Amino acid sequence: MAAKTINITLKIWRQKNSKTEGKLETYKLDNVSTASSFLEMLDQLNEQLINEQKEPVAFDHDCREGICGMCSLYINGRAHGPDTGTTTCQLHMRMFNDGDTIYVEPWRSRAFPIVKDLIVDRSAFDRIQQAGGFVSVNTSGRTMDANAIPVPKDDADKAFEAAACIGCGACVATCKNGSAMLFVGAKVSQYALLPQGQVEATQRALNMVRQMDEEGFGNCTNTGACEIECPKGISLDNIARLNREFLKASLKSEK
Amino acid sequence: MSVLDSKIPEGHISEKWTNHKNHLKLVAPNNRPKIDVIVVGTGLAGASAAASLGEMGYNVKAFCFQDSPRRAHSIAAQGGINAAKNYQNDGDSVYRLFYDTIKGGDYRAREANVHRLAEVSGNIIDQCVAQGVPFAREYGGLLDNRSFGGTQVQRTFYAAGQTGQQLLLGAYSALSRQIGLGRVKMYNRHEMLELVKVDGKARGIIARNLVTGELERHSAHAVVLATGGYGNVYFLSTNAMGSNVTAAWKVHKQGAYFANPCYVQIHPTCIPVHGTNQSKLTLMSESLRNSGRIWVPKKKEDAEAIRAGKLKPTQIAEEDRDYYLERRYPAFGNLVPRDIASRAAKERCDAGFGIEANDTNEGVYLDFSTEVKNKGKQAAYAAGDHNPSEEKITQLGKKWLEEKYGNLFQMYEKITGENPYETPMKIYPAVHYTMGGVWVDYNLQSSIPGCFVTGEANFSDHGANRLGASALMQGLADGYFVLPYTLSNYLADDIRTGKISTDLPEFEAAENNVKTQIEKFINNKGTKSVDYYHKKLGLIMWNKVGMGRSEEGLKEAIAEIDALKAEFHSNVYVPGDANELNPELEKALRVADFIELGQLMAKDALQRNESCGGHFREEYQDAEGETLRDDENFKFVGAWEYKGEDIKEEVLHKEELKYEFIKIAARNYK
Repeated sequence: MAAKTINITLKIWRQKNSKTEGKLETYKLDNVSTASSFLEMLDQLNEQLINEQKEPVAFDHDCREGICGMCSLYINGRAHGPDTGTTTCQLHMRMFNDGDTIYVEPWRSRAFPIVKDLIVDRSAFDRIQQAGGFVSVNTSGRTMDANAIPVPKDDADKAFEAAACIGCGACVATCKNGSAMLFVGAKVSQYALLPQGQVEATQRALNMVRQMDEEGFGNCTNTGACEIECPKGISLDNIARLNREFLKASLKSEK
Repeated sequence: MSVLDSKIPEGHISEKWTNHKNHLKLVAPNNRPKIDVIVVGTGLAGASAAASLGEMGYNVKAFCFQDSPRRAHSIAAQGGINAAKNYQNDGDSVYRLFYDTIKGGDYRAREANVHRLAEVSGNIIDQCVAQGVPFAREYGGLLDNRSFGGTQVQRTFYAAGQTGQQLLLGAYSALSRQIGLGRVKMYNRHEMLELVKVDGKARGIIARNLVTGELERHSAHAVVLATGGYGNVYFLSTNAMGSNVTAAWKVHKQGAYFANPCYVQIHPTCIPVHGTNQSKLTLMSESLRNSGRIWVPKKKEDAEAIRAGKLKPTQIAEEDRDYYLERRYPAFGNLVPRDIASRAAKERCDAGFGIEANDTNEGVYLDFSTEVKNKGKQAAYAAGDHNPSEEKITQLGKKWLEEKYGNLFQMYEKITGENPYETPMKIYPAVHYTMGGVWVDYNLQSSIPGCFVTGEANFSDHGANRLGASALMQGLADGYFVLPYTLSNYLADDIRTGKISTDLPEFEAAENNVKTQIEKFINNKGTKSVDYYHKKLGLIMWNKVGMGRSEEGLKEAIAEIDALKAEFHSNVYVPGDANELNPELEKALRVADFIELGQLMAKDALQRNESCGGHFREEYQDAEGETLRDDENFKFVGAWEYKGEDIKEEVLHKEELKYEFIKIAARNYK
């Protein structure tokens, strides 16, 4: 597809740090190649700002191939922008037209406080993982042969699909309740579907849900926006499975 | 004798590691909590090391510059991880994995290290499955495998095109468990900017809190670097934007030798460059070469017509396509090692057969149409249809492709706007992995006592060229199964040392050193951005220290980098403050180190008057354009010693490589 160039107007959230108030600033940017990624467009803006001796826009990014989960951004009111099944780093400027005005905001959620400009703090996800997102085997390599327990392909595939979550937080940012159920559901599902996860299933479901609540994430009301905006297509089935696992765990637990 | 003591244990190759482990010193469980260990980097090598050491009971502090340890760039590895399990009954063994890796590395890796890697490879798979890593499985419930370049067996375990992600999340889960238990303290958004040595030993680091800008002193009895490779010296590479050499370079400047910096892996299958604003290159997994056939048009006029948009690749008849890898290397075909596939693509494009309409016409096709037919037919037969229509075959074949490579095909379409199920992918080589790195002995210890280096950051296991699916193997082997033993051996002498104070003058001096560098950049008030210089460096490196190198070009590169270094330090502009989140400052500190490293890479490439693996000196090739190694004069690891600001003054030390168990031979994939 032949690339062309477009001129755009950007409305970008600027905020010095977590203690100050922020506001939208307007920038004009010309000659943006439609073959560029959205973040390359922001690089171009920053280069322009630096040349004007102004402070560039801070945003999170790293792998730029849609897998590390570090990039975020609310673009024109949608997490990761107008394309589906994609992260912001894989969103390309061919999705936009000459003369467009594009709004760029950080994730909006109580559990993800703003650090600077478009950067938010998602360490709540790490703490949920620390509460139970693991199998407690030691790392000796002396467990048992990897093929000792056959796993039905269908279960393995579903576990993989759940494990494909990149932890970007789009589900939370999109949810009107700021719920992290899709993220937690995906992690709990991965282990619930595999024999290796069974031993600690009860504690895992209880502990991860408890931590999720403590972090200030909202409740799930089955709107389904998270599934639509998830760049990795994590299915709502995982929330259903989390609910089952949590119910099962609550009934079984003696605590 | 060389100053480099590799500490390779005595004995037969298959017994070295076992015997060595049996004689290493141990630290008793009750002593471990008295000992502090710093791990920098949380990719496969770092996360696995931190988790293992935490579990053993050491006090671990782990650092990463990303907002979470789960984001380290191991996560982007696509295709798979090798292990000598022989689940496919195709004659694989520890010896064969060892042999393939040595040969793949063009006989420039240590036998003992590589054999150890092959020995523990099976444990990695056992470990990961036990942790709940969802590898691909067959219908019978057992693990599936595929082939990678440079091998004739199927030993690669995978999880779609996201194997690195699944393995890293496995290691991250183990690390998270230790963080939750309080045995590992995690420092996200922290970057190591200096190593602190006390009495010649590594005893801590200076790290910058990237959110507040504060410089922090952290002490420990040992420091482990698992900080990845330095491919971003080229600006454009498949590395993450933040991947950098700074931690490794700082220990080099503190006295650790830097080995084989010129060994860089240029990966053959990446999406070609689109324009000047390009910030990074995206890999299309080597696993695609299981199913894709690489070609360019046989006729130059066809290539020209394609570039001009007058012809489509699907319009080129079978007999007018040059499947150049199958033509040149019939025994391995499209699955030759990466360095060979890359050079072959460059050869065709330099000859005028490239198909991409960008500035350089650099691109070749990776075509899945043959596989669609084969697999579609198989799928139809498997479903009982022994007379399937063409459409049915195509439909089933595409479905098969989607199952195997769905995420890669989707990624390709997002980036290029073209549908690879219908038209061949356009690909071209790009900088991917660096075999060189900090010199370490068999125990993974650098030439600074107490400073250990693991994963891509060290030089040890891949020689001059890494085989596909071996990086994940090495990262996890180092972190789970090697370092916990060898580091304990070192720490056994520290059980009575007690806490290392961060008030020592060495910490103060190191912190001041970092502070001075930062202030210099902030107060520089130049006119050009950091990226401006980074891109300039990248161009010099790609053109003169890239896929083809010559004496003349390397000398030019060294001189040009000298000039670039001076200009960068006098004219770079870093906006903002030191005491806040400042991405431009982070980049400036990294690029300063890349510039110095780049010069050392050129210097290393210049001294190595031979071609081997990823290092191709144009003067040293045979009539068919294959690499000409010089085993008589260059069968050594080249380790460089820092001698002050001027990188041109660095001194080379040689570690002679001995091949006792594998007969050294010309590398032949024909």
